[in-house]
Amino acid sequence: MTEEHAEAHEHTNYIKIWAILTFMLVLSILGPMIGIKWVTLIAAFGIAVVKAAMVGAYFMHLNIEKRYVWYMLFTALLFLGLFFFGVSPDVMKAEGSNWVNHNNMPVATEEVGHGDGHSE
Amino acid sequence: MSFQAPLATSRSVTGLPTGRLAIWWVVVSEIVIFGGLIACYVMFRLRHPEWGEYASHTSTPAGALNTFVLLTSSLSIVLAHQAAAAGNLVKSFRYIWCTIGGGGIFLLVKSYEWTTEISHGYTLFANNFWSFYYTATGLHGLHVIAGMVIMAIISIGVRKGEHLPRVEYIGIYWHFVDIVWLFLFPLFYIAK
Repeated sequence: MTEEHAEAHEHTNYIKIWAILTFMLVLSILGPMIGIKWVTLIAAFGIAVVKAAMVGAYFMHLNIEKRYVWYMLFTALLFLGLFFFGVSPDVMKAEGSNWVNHNNMPVATEEVGHGDGHSE
Repeated sequence: MSFQAPLATSRSVTGLPTGRLAIWWVVVSEIVIFGGLIACYVMFRLRHPEWGEYASHTSTPAGALNTFVLLTSSLSIVLAHQAAAAGNLVKSFRYIWCTIGGGGIFLLVKSYEWTTEISHGYTLFANNFWSFYYTATGLHGLHVIAGMVIMAIISIGVRKGEHLPRVEYIGIYWHFVDIVWLFLFPLFYIAK
């Protein structure tokens, strides 16, 4: 146990952080009930990011962790970003400047329980 | 012949204890595993708005209950770490078992959900939405089980006052499992 972490335990009110996280959970459930798309997106995903950041910062002690750990985490997230932007055109588009993906054309009808999610 | 701890367990090139460095490497590799899966789901979800209809068959109250249970179990494992740091081994042991209990409740709720969904015909191969759903929540569930088993093993050492830093290490892992669920919840239960 490092001194920084021991000190963090003394100064952090974990129950208060848990209460804030629970309150945000309630907001993320109530937000989408309003039925406005952007409110749903912010309530669901914006709050999820904030909750994850709070768990990381206070429960995992990232707020006092060595920079080395931050470099590791950012490297993983960077590769994840590269993966997303490298693969997404293939998945999300059916055609581009000089290519057509016949497997990714929109589906006319699809039945729950039998559909494939995308055409074959 | 007496046991001598390997050099790697006592040196600290990065300024981090080796055990903590190792668990952060585990977390980093898990980010790529779960992140890759979630990124693929997001791509397909944006491409197929009709998946919102499939998502309407997942139970938001059950997902919300599980989110609450995991957040609470994250609290109990950080309190176990705090108690271990303060030398209160009994309290730390109890908090660890509260966390294991939280994992158990999570799995029970998940089992109920899966049973209901499968009985309604929404199986792994029903369509790509349900394939993603069962793969992501199943992989996450396996991580919950692994965490529970490791915590049970660590609790034996805690009772004897041995290997106390392991409480912090399993805590970091458990919080990560919690964070993954914080993203799975809106993706599969809220975005309908």
